[in-house]
Amino acid sequence: MDAAVSTGGEARRRVELGDVLQRFASVAILLILLVAASFMSESFFTVRNLFNVLRQVAGTGIIAVGMLYVILTAGIDLSVGSIAALASVLVAYFLGQHGQVYSVALTLLVGAGLGAFSGALVAYLRMPAFVMTLAMMSIARGLALIVSRGQPIIVENDPALVIVFGAGFTARVPNPVWLLLAVYVIAGVVLAFTRFGRLVKAIGSNAEAVRLSGIRVPRHLLAVYVISGVCAAAAGVISTSRSGVGSATVGVGAELEAIAAVVIGGASLAGGRGGVINTFIGVFVLGIINNMMNLAGVPGFYQGVVMGGIIIVAVLLQQGTSYMQGR
Amino acid sequence: MPELARLNGITKSFSGIRALDGVDFSLRAGEVHALVGENGAGKSTLMRILGGELPPSGGQVVIDGKPVHFHGPADARRHGIAIIHQELALAPDLSVAENIFLGELPAGIRWPELRRRAGKLLSRLGFDIHPADPVRKLSVAQQQVVEIAKALSLHARIIVFDEPTSVLGTGDAERLLKIIRGLRDEGAGVVYISHRLDEVFQVSDRITVMKDGRVAGVVATGEVDTDGLIKLMVGRSLKAMFAERAARKVGAEVLRVEGLEAGRMVRSVSFSVHAGEVVGLAGLVGSGRTNVVRVIFGADRPDRGKIFLHGKEIRVHGPADAVRHRIGLVPESRKDQGVVLPFSIRANSTMAGLRAVVNRLGFIKRRVEKSTVGRLAESLRIKMSSAEAPVSSLSGGNQQKVVLAKWFHVDCDLIILDEPTRGVDVGAKTEIYGLIDRMAEAGKAVLVISSEHQELFGLCDRILVMNEGRLMGELRPDAYSEERVLSLALAAGAPAARGAR
Repeated sequence: MDAAVSTGGEARRRVELGDVLQRFASVAILLILLVAASFMSESFFTVRNLFNVLRQVAGTGIIAVGMLYVILTAGIDLSVGSIAALASVLVAYFLGQHGQVYSVALTLLVGAGLGAFSGALVAYLRMPAFVMTLAMMSIARGLALIVSRGQPIIVENDPALVIVFGAGFTARVPNPVWLLLAVYVIAGVVLAFTRFGRLVKAIGSNAEAVRLSGIRVPRHLLAVYVISGVCAAAAGVISTSRSGVGSATVGVGAELEAIAAVVIGGASLAGGRGGVINTFIGVFVLGIINNMMNLAGVPGFYQGVVMGGIIIVAVLLQQGTSYMQGR
Repeated sequence: MPELARLNGITKSFSGIRALDGVDFSLRAGEVHALVGENGAGKSTLMRILGGELPPSGGQVVIDGKPVHFHGPADARRHGIAIIHQELALAPDLSVAENIFLGELPAGIRWPELRRRAGKLLSRLGFDIHPADPVRKLSVAQQQVVEIAKALSLHARIIVFDEPTSVLGTGDAERLLKIIRGLRDEGAGVVYISHRLDEVFQVSDRITVMKDGRVAGVVATGEVDTDGLIKLMVGRSLKAMFAERAARKVGAEVLRVEGLEAGRMVRSVSFSVHAGEVVGLAGLVGSGRTNVVRVIFGADRPDRGKIFLHGKEIRVHGPADAVRHRIGLVPESRKDQGVVLPFSIRANSTMAGLRAVVNRLGFIKRRVEKSTVGRLAESLRIKMSSAEAPVSSLSGGNQQKVVLAKWFHVDCDLIILDEPTRGVDVGAKTEIYGLIDRMAEAGKAVLVISSEHQELFGLCDRILVMNEGRLMGELRPDAYSEERVLSLALAAGAPAARGAR
């Protein structure tokens, strides 16, 4: 009897180990990268450089939060890069005619609207998310080209949005990084502590069980696409605020980077599993890899190959741990 | 009769926990050997070892008198062993013929030949299934027949059925049992795992009872009755499963449906359920029982008809509406529809009533939720290590109690239970019966669907019997009998074969 009890305990511990690895696989990847980076370049571990990394990923990072919400419901949003481009162009266009608050608000509203359109078709007309957002990807990019007539729109008169927000610092931290952090804190709190957050995850795990519990599943689905649209539009605004130029070529491939970040953060594309902190780590990992390659002088053409390889390794590591759990 | 298979002193441990402990089992040619026991007793594990799906930790598998070591299911199949699992392993978009010969499809398929061979196997089983139809279009019963045909195509001599009838209604189950007898008469050895003891008595020659990973007894079928068998399984008898109860106090009418119609499966259905009353809905699988309650719960749309709650007509546009009207549903398929498996017991228990535990901003009040769930778990006697454990870590019976907890939490007036004890072991069944009793005592109106007639007899004040979407009749306790239920369920130009559609 004693023997049975002790072996039972051992089994439980093994399961917990798998659990811990699963949870911290992305942390482990991050740590490995940080150590490697500090060996490769002395200039890496400076506060300035780290903030630089964060500033570069601010846009992708915010997009990734919206993507996380969508992926948690077992959906996908391929339109985010294009919506960012449209937002970049629109905010520059609006700034030529309206005030700053009005311009930004209107731009975010357009992002929400396009997200709502995709979301409505996915939630109420049961369009597959992949197809719907693929179409929206094409539509939003097209709209961006129409609005900009294919030319970059230069923001005139250097408004505060560009001078103060895009290029400025608060307490030595770049302003876009503050925004990034704020978005993550809010997204994390909503996911962990609210009814909405819980239902988003539950829908991704078993939408039918949630529906039969008397919850209106479609409106929650619609909501995550709105969130994703707003996040993408915010990323577009950040891009314009940093460069002073609205461009329809912003955010090409951003949807894939965002998905990569979410996946490196251990989320499941089948829905229900994933977290905000881990997504942040995923975003940070992407940023560091880019930064390392720049510091190490890896030629641009090679960077994509290296990046892809590292994504594969990261996800294999995640799967390795869930494989251990499954046994 | 020659012995086909023998398992000697099989032990199996999963990460240190002993699931099987020195189990002996034998199977002769031309016999049906039933394997019964509570969930977790080790029946399925034992059969997975016989089927080469799991290696034993200790002991010996002997086939045709020779010890064998299987390196996987394919190995066992070569020895003529086929296992038909509870969850069917068919490719839904492939045709019946392709599914039957999936393991041995040649590189170049000659379709007419393949279909002809499939058709021959199927008609040997006495089923009229078209070999070119996609499996997706078949009923569960028909899909099971395809699985059996697959086993036959491999010339299996040892066929294991793991709870084949748990998803079938009585008519289909009967036909399956007939097939099993046929297989036996042709000299195959059949192992039959089931929770339905009446079937075990009907079909088996020998019964092995398992309990906690050991053999609790091996008996010839004629030498034991149901009560004796249950005693072997749990040390408790059937009569003790239903609480002795005083006559229920039946109150005002809670639900009334009038002339409900929805497609072919619900045809002018009218009935009512009163407060404090348990009403049973019997009939074959596919008779429209589930369809009726899905319409009442708003999961499906009615074409015509009226639903009254407390005498007032209501329109239910979706489950959310139903819950707002204080209607609860314990759905048919626990894992797909009842619970969110990876979620905690806490989060699942409050799923239907989240609004009661959130503040105005939508934040969940953790402390309130925790204490609420603590009270529910205690009151429903959910056996768990912690309310934070995922529901997937619970046994089937305790998972079902979590689904019930959901509706105890929101305190509904009408609760609908669709096969509440399917795949639940005998111990947990008793407890679920007790909970259903408690709901009625608390003045709720209860509507129960079940394919187990004894269960309805034990629970219900009235039983409504359905067939082909129609209500065929109503039985009162003094008229309860298997024969009456069946004759209504099969009545009037409705052959059993069509019941499965």
